Amino acid sequence: MSRIAQRFKELKERNEAALIPFITTGYPDLQQSLRIVLALAEAGADIIELGIPYSDPVADGPVIQKASQQARAAGMDLKAFFSLVAEVRRKTGVPLVAMTYYNPVFVCGQKRFADNCRQSGIDGVILSDLPPEEGEEWLKIAAGAGLDTILLAAPTSTEERLRKAIDSTSGFIYCVSRLGVTGADHDLSSSLRPRLERMRAMTDKPLCVGFGLSMPEHIRQVAALADGAVIGSALVRLIADNAAAPDLLDKVRGFTALLKQATIR
Amino acid sequence: MKEWHFGDFGGRYVPETLMPALEELAEEYARAQADPTFIKELDYYLHQYVGRPTPLYQARRLAEKLGGARIYLKREDLCHTGSHKLNNTMGQVLLARRMGKPRVIAETGAGQHGVATATVAALFGLECDVYMGAEDMRRQALNVYRMRLLGARVIGVESGSRTLKEATSEAMRDWAATVEHTHYIIGSVVGPHPYPTMVRDFQAVIGREVERDMLQQEGRLPDYLVACVGGGSNAMGLFHQFVDKGPRLIGVEAGGLGLSSDKHSASINAGSPGILHGAHSFIIQDDQGQVLPTHSISAGLDYPGVGPEHAWLKATGRAEYITATDAEALEAFHLLAEYEGIIPALESSHAMAGAVRLAPDLERDMLVVVNISGRGDKDIDEIAEVEGVDL
Repeated sequence: MSRIAQRFKELKERNEAALIPFITTGYPDLQQSLRIVLALAEAGADIIELGIPYSDPVADGPVIQKASQQARAAGMDLKAFFSLVAEVRRKTGVPLVAMTYYNPVFVCGQKRFADNCRQSGIDGVILSDLPPEEGEEWLKIAAGAGLDTILLAAPTSTEERLRKAIDSTSGFIYCVSRLGVTGADHDLSSSLRPRLERMRAMTDKPLCVGFGLSMPEHIRQVAALADGAVIGSALVRLIADNAAAPDLLDKVRGFTALLKQATIR
Repeated sequence: MKEWHFGDFGGRYVPETLMPALEELAEEYARAQADPTFIKELDYYLHQYVGRPTPLYQARRLAEKLGGARIYLKREDLCHTGSHKLNNTMGQVLLARRMGKPRVIAETGAGQHGVATATVAALFGLECDVYMGAEDMRRQALNVYRMRLLGARVIGVESGSRTLKEATSEAMRDWAATVEHTHYIIGSVVGPHPYPTMVRDFQAVIGREVERDMLQQEGRLPDYLVACVGGGSNAMGLFHQFVDKGPRLIGVEAGGLGLSSDKHSASINAGSPGILHGAHSFIIQDDQGQVLPTHSISAGLDYPGVGPEHAWLKATGRAEYITATDAEALEAFHLLAEYEGIIPALESSHAMAGAVRLAPDLERDMLVVVNISGRGDKDIDEIAEVEGVDL
């Protein structure tokens, strides 16, 4: 059983949803982002998504775009990413998901990328712009390396596409809460509940919701409907607002603990 | 998925949110192609609104000056709005209407595609937003004002190199949020399937007219076809009719300050295989797959990618791709102005520069067609500035 599957099993027994924070690695700098990941794990993150910054993040809103740009300017690259992961893995058993776009993986070589993921301690991979039709080769390589590949289900996905995503995904399925790109919102989309109910009827695989979640109330609502909640831009913005503050890590821990509370049903 | 690709190139690499819209678009486009009413409507607007057919004009004075081959100019600069871009936006706006989408968006570099999109939006009463890099808004200020006069909103993009790449990314983000009521009119043969095929088909009228007119004027097909390649829509439009026939196909990429300078936009000549804006093609990137900044004096060619069909034509050896530097393009610009009374766009000046290099070495009975994809009025301020002339 993969580390991600094991985590969902434990959460189910405790009647909790997964809290899945996302951060852009290398932001605000390499050392701080390592401390941030460890702080997330300490404060109760169930799975952590580690963004590998990319030059053209078409699925991301302004907060993550800016963090990605700064992380790259500060020297973040694949080599630094895998050393960060290895460092994290030495200190915690929290499931780790690498999230990026397809081009860095393609240029690195899919096999080499998957091997590096496995060796450094990554458990799953999300490639935002690789739909299952184009990802057949990656899905095979990832499975061969023992990695989960988490596919996305969008509000626009047809029944046929949902079926395809559900069948091909492993670890969990990432349900995009609304149209548009990543970013923190005030309210959750009203169409979320019926969509999750429809998907629940289609699969037993864990359903996790992301895009737009920014506060404990959102997590509470999602925890009632799904198996996990992803929080990205709101966390990256907290890091951006406190990048130079001496209590940055305390703030990250406090925010994470607050969100984790909201996942307890 | 064979129909999505050109050999290994092309495809559909986009976030899931956009996948259903691409499926819908591909299906609607297939239906439209088989619908005589659609073909007739597009034909009508191409004739009566765009101003087609455009002339195939023999540039005798220029050819005499260069020595060598006979040179014909395909005058896409004489299309309404001043470039070939309207051929495509007209086709796509008719599709948007068929799909019942009341809003269109576009990315633009030089502003020609933005103007062509704003134009068809005005013609059919659709809402229109155009994304344009802030740097391009500065160097193509005239086109920004034209779009606004046409009723479009021009949204400046401040991220990255503030040019066409960022404008395209921002348009894709808009589309992901508005896909239910918005059609994204991509302006070149780039992007996810079906765009590269569809845009090529809408531009293929260029090559069909060239074939017909050349047979009429010379009684045979041309020997060389020369076009500039940024994304590559005017080049694919010219080449498509001839891919299975004899003419040599020459694409001219923007060499900027030279390929060794890192300040160029020559994706095929100096890039490597990768994925950008939804398609697998050649892109200008580092060894980590991060896309690099580009440069060209011509905003319309200042893009780190190229249409996947060009990548395929390059890989199979069917087409050849050369480069022209900023300086060579400027020289060709002046040559065409002074010897033929035609002021070409800086983009098209690259095609002209390719012909300037090619023609003198060819026999006098060789036929070279150069695609003058747009007119240069929009570039006058920029050229004056580069050449230190105070207007």
